[in-house]
Amino acid sequence: MIPGPFSYHRPASVADAVKLLSDLGEDARPLAGGHSLVPMMKLRLATPAHLIDLHGIAALKGISRNGNNLVIGAMTTQHELLASDDVAKSMPILHEAALLIADPQVRYRGTIGGNVANGDPGNDMPALMMTLGATYRLEGASGARDVPAADFYQGAYFTALEPGEILTSVSVPVPAAGHGYAYEKLKRKVGDYATAAAAVVLTMSGGKVATCTIGLTNVHETPLLAADAAKAVIGTGLDAATLKKAAAAAEAIMAPAADARGPVEYRKHVGGIMVTRALQRAASRAK
Amino acid sequence: MTKTHVTMKVNGAEVEGLVEPRTLLVHFIRENLQMTGTHIGCETTHCGACTVDIDGMSVKSCTMFAVQAQGSDITTVEGMANADGTLSALQEGFRMMHGLQCGFCTPGMIMRAHRLLQENPSPSEQEIRMGISGNICRCTGYQNIVKAIQYASAKINGVEFREAAE
Amino acid sequence: MNDMTPTREQREAALEGMGCKRKRVEDIRFTQGKGNYVDDVKLPGMLHGDFVRSPHPHARVQKIDDSEALKVPGVLAVITAETLKTVNLAWMPTLAGDVQMVLADGKVLFQNQEVAFVVATDRYAADDGINKVIVEYEPLPPLVDPFKSMDKDAPVLREDLVGKMSGAHGPRKHDNHIFEWTVGDKELTDAAFNKAEVTIKEMISYHRTHPSPLETCQCVCSFDKIKGELTIYGTFQAPHVIRTVVALIAKLPEQKIHVIAPDIGGGFGNKVGAYPGYICAAVASIVTGKPVKWVEDRIENLTATSFARDYHMTTEIAATKDGKVTGLRVHVLADHGAFDACADPSKWPAGFFNIVTGSYDFPTAHLAVDGVYTNKAPGGVAYRCSFRVTEAAYCIERGMDILAQKLKMDPAELRLKNFIKPEQFPYHSALGWEYDSGDYHTAMRKMMETTGYAALRKEQEEKRAAFKRGETREIMGLGVSFFTEIVGAGPSKNCDILGIAMFDSCEIRMHPTGAGIARMGTKSQGQGHETTWAQIIATEIGIPADNIMVEEGNTDTAPYGLGTYGSRSTPVAGAAIAMAARKIKAKAQMIAAYKLEVHEDDLEFDIDGFRVKGLPEKFMSMKDICWAAYNSVPPGMEPGLEAVSYYDPPNMTYPFGAYLCVMDIDVDTGVYKVRRFYALDDCGTRINPMIIEGQVHGGLTEAFAIAMGQEIRYDDVGNVVTGSFMDFFMPTAVETPHWETDFTVTPSPHHPIGAKGVGESPNVGGVPAFSNAVNDAFSFLGSTHIQMPHDFWRNWKAAKELGAVA
Repeated sequence: MIPGPFSYHRPASVADAVKLLSDLGEDARPLAGGHSLVPMMKLRLATPAHLIDLHGIAALKGISRNGNNLVIGAMTTQHELLASDDVAKSMPILHEAALLIADPQVRYRGTIGGNVANGDPGNDMPALMMTLGATYRLEGASGARDVPAADFYQGAYFTALEPGEILTSVSVPVPAAGHGYAYEKLKRKVGDYATAAAAVVLTMSGGKVATCTIGLTNVHETPLLAADAAKAVIGTGLDAATLKKAAAAAEAIMAPAADARGPVEYRKHVGGIMVTRALQRAASRAK
Repeated sequence: MTKTHVTMKVNGAEVEGLVEPRTLLVHFIRENLQMTGTHIGCETTHCGACTVDIDGMSVKSCTMFAVQAQGSDITTVEGMANADGTLSALQEGFRMMHGLQCGFCTPGMIMRAHRLLQENPSPSEQEIRMGISGNICRCTGYQNIVKAIQYASAKINGVEFREAAE
Repeated sequence: MNDMTPTREQREAALEGMGCKRKRVEDIRFTQGKGNYVDDVKLPGMLHGDFVRSPHPHARVQKIDDSEALKVPGVLAVITAETLKTVNLAWMPTLAGDVQMVLADGKVLFQNQEVAFVVATDRYAADDGINKVIVEYEPLPPLVDPFKSMDKDAPVLREDLVGKMSGAHGPRKHDNHIFEWTVGDKELTDAAFNKAEVTIKEMISYHRTHPSPLETCQCVCSFDKIKGELTIYGTFQAPHVIRTVVALIAKLPEQKIHVIAPDIGGGFGNKVGAYPGYICAAVASIVTGKPVKWVEDRIENLTATSFARDYHMTTEIAATKDGKVTGLRVHVLADHGAFDACADPSKWPAGFFNIVTGSYDFPTAHLAVDGVYTNKAPGGVAYRCSFRVTEAAYCIERGMDILAQKLKMDPAELRLKNFIKPEQFPYHSALGWEYDSGDYHTAMRKMMETTGYAALRKEQEEKRAAFKRGETREIMGLGVSFFTEIVGAGPSKNCDILGIAMFDSCEIRMHPTGAGIARMGTKSQGQGHETTWAQIIATEIGIPADNIMVEEGNTDTAPYGLGTYGSRSTPVAGAAIAMAARKIKAKAQMIAAYKLEVHEDDLEFDIDGFRVKGLPEKFMSMKDICWAAYNSVPPGMEPGLEAVSYYDPPNMTYPFGAYLCVMDIDVDTGVYKVRRFYALDDCGTRINPMIIEGQVHGGLTEAFAIAMGQEIRYDDVGNVVTGSFMDFFMPTAVETPHWETDFTVTPSPHHPIGAKGVGESPNVGGVPAFSNAVNDAFSFLGSTHIQMPHDFWRNWKAAKELGAVA
């Protein structure tokens, strides 16, 4: 398991990286944490002629505030997300989900940009970003553009990224004060992708759900927003019948692949359970 | 194949070498530097046998290229003993608590535990189990590894180590 | 005596002999990264070899084109079956009496089978080379389901065997049939079933899995053309056997083959067999004149070298209606993959599966095993167990639970009622074994008392009622397992490998200063032999364990032995060590008598030397005797203090244990939680309790993994779908339960120190405990048997089929 040969580039700026990508074309791949790409290269399922390592670009690192948004540089690692007080306080679901990604070593190197950009349906951050209403900044030879996370994913490993573009940051609106949240992930073991996972962010008012967004991980070739399920719980106190309805609405849009985690029927079923449990836990946390 | 010159600090010493861009860091350490304490167990970033400490982070060196480590400060298991050559608290803990059997996962385990204790000098059992969850051991069932890390934690903090009642 | 004279306790403690928790000698180097594993071996000019493997499970190889590969910088040679034929090594014999292709010869028979071996200057170039070898295949229909192997229209896998209606173990019924092995009295057993008041019958499968030590299989072969000598460094659990196999198949003089097994990163049965990588590296070294290293990657390890289990066991028990067993009838369909490469003693095609009567007094039993070929990897190794003993223990322990359910008896009570009684030992089982010793009732009752078994059953009853009332979605299971292992292969009367009796050996050399070196035919892979072997010697001859260096794994220096697997090291080599030590002690006694000027019979051994009976001040320490052995031995005695023992055990040993698993399962997701696991082991005399406990922890963890999800799975067309640590369940510290250990001590009456071996017991007893817990949890919903592995989705599926999930 040895990668094929390639040329290594370590640009110091986004502009240089973008230029390299557009000059080198299809044979070039950006390299972030490497936990998806390097094993694929070792299996020679990926054989890029050029690797553009983004670790040298200081501008891609760090977490800052822009109005009501948290702006997270693409090369910010899961470990750095977990170490951020701002994330823990203002966006605790991000902290909760980051802790469920892979294992400690992978979190030191794995980046939010890599997690959201490569289009792997098993990754946890994409559904979470859709749930939080995040926007991705994509930069290419013709300039920068912002794409909502909800519009970014087109298929397994297919995204709105155009050839030559790099995802440089993620901008996440801070949820309302007092919101409830939960990321429920069923996995076989540490390091596994989700058999199914659900992200819920909601607000409660007078014991009833006022607003609610639900995202789903690894139950379709792309991450999903479960809009009907979310709609079903608005105005309710999350009674048993409502939860059942919401789970059914969520299951209706799931189309997972059968794999070693289980057959389709099981993965959909537990997808519904994850939605139910995330709703209950989120409601219990809402103020 | 064009080779690149890399320099880095490993266990306190400046080292250099010529590598292909695709040379994995673990191979650079094992083959070029001939420090064979860092092991390869799975090659797919699951087992953690190749864990080294890079600039204060635990990293699986089978999933990083040597060129990416240019200029960094690396510690491997060979750099873990005390300056006088005696076993460090962690190494001693692994021996005293029978935290190893075949020894193949041990260097990675020790390197991971080292960083864990740097960040959290008094971890709970659950925190230790989570903290070493990127490292697979086939022999011990982890129970004595947990104790080994608790032993080291107590020693580092200057408190008496008491094994939890079974 | 003055104050400085050590007390008896201090003298005993200074030895660090048997029974003490001696800290391990090995750990000093392992904790500092100074172990020496095979991939750490680097020889001048060393080349690397790597395999081109088949993507097809069954195909004809039409053409291998290596022209592009040979143009890759660094690639020196591409070896194929045609190359190997020139040295008559395209096929190799297996330990089970079959033959196996080293490289694809006309056909491939399983996915990832070795097709060509690329030799290059380094591992990077070798990998580049394998990607440039072009192989043309003509796919053939794959045979995946062993139950269809002997169908009339099944594709014939082994064209080399067509028409050979007899194999190494007797007649073959079909081209895809390997052997049929029967044991026991069929007539008597059938009669017991005919008149039985109660019977059960269930097809109990033990799925295919893999030992997967953290270090894969690897070797470095170095052929010296001038001297005609071949040196092989390798991950070998049995280095001497490898030397003899190489001598036989490569036709090299055995004295010119040097096999060295350095530190080994876990074995668990994976490193017993001979693999194509070893042969190819050796041939490549002979061809190139340079050392050649072969290192398997993890995918290759999981998919090509040595699976374990894959036994499908139709199990029937006859009993009286008050729960006394009267007969056992088992038929096994054994899936051996493409070649029969089981690592069993030669005469035992299904290993010691005939221990399947377990811990129970079956008046009669009958067993038949059919081995068949499929398009899967070869192997059938004993993954942390004695040969096929885990399968047998699982079979009978599930069977007893199923019988208890049918009789509406508590499974622990049913076992207590049928145990072999202490006064029946030595006990002759219906399938031919002589159990050496046991006290099963005491062990079982201790387990039940310590765990509060009765209270747990009561809690379970309450939880079941609550579940039925809809108050909880969690069900609770109690998994009882009582196993009897059969280890220590073995007596020459019934055990050999390729004709070599399965003895083991020890050589001890004491040096003048009271230190010494001891060498054995075994090979530690993490068991801590360097520590424990010295403890046996320390107690036997009264020299501190710290003064005894233990060395294994070099066939030039170690006495011939059959290696370490099947928990045989302590029962066989452990005995050889004690016997060699006793020879040292006997000579030491003669020297002491001479020096103390008394008759030998007037001396008694006292911890660390000999004392004249009745004259406590007349004492000579072993340390002083060592010195005397080199300068003032009695007239006529040869100087020196050395001994060798080759030990042929009179019988196997039979460790046993009582385990309990308490498990909770969420029916909605199938997610389980092991609330508690208690393991009581009786391995006879305990040499180092710390190491025993460590062995039990490790074996239980492997049992947990196997029972709850660790599987080598093939899809319907023969693709292996669990080829990495993502899908092959390898639990981390987070999933692994907490283990409670306990023990009783029933020494083996025939072993010099009474020890029985322990390393594999927890795997043998653990798997049924986990599986019985899952089955027990679901039983009140109407199930009798749910197949392993019990991963989340399968638990949910069981719940759904039983109507517990909408």
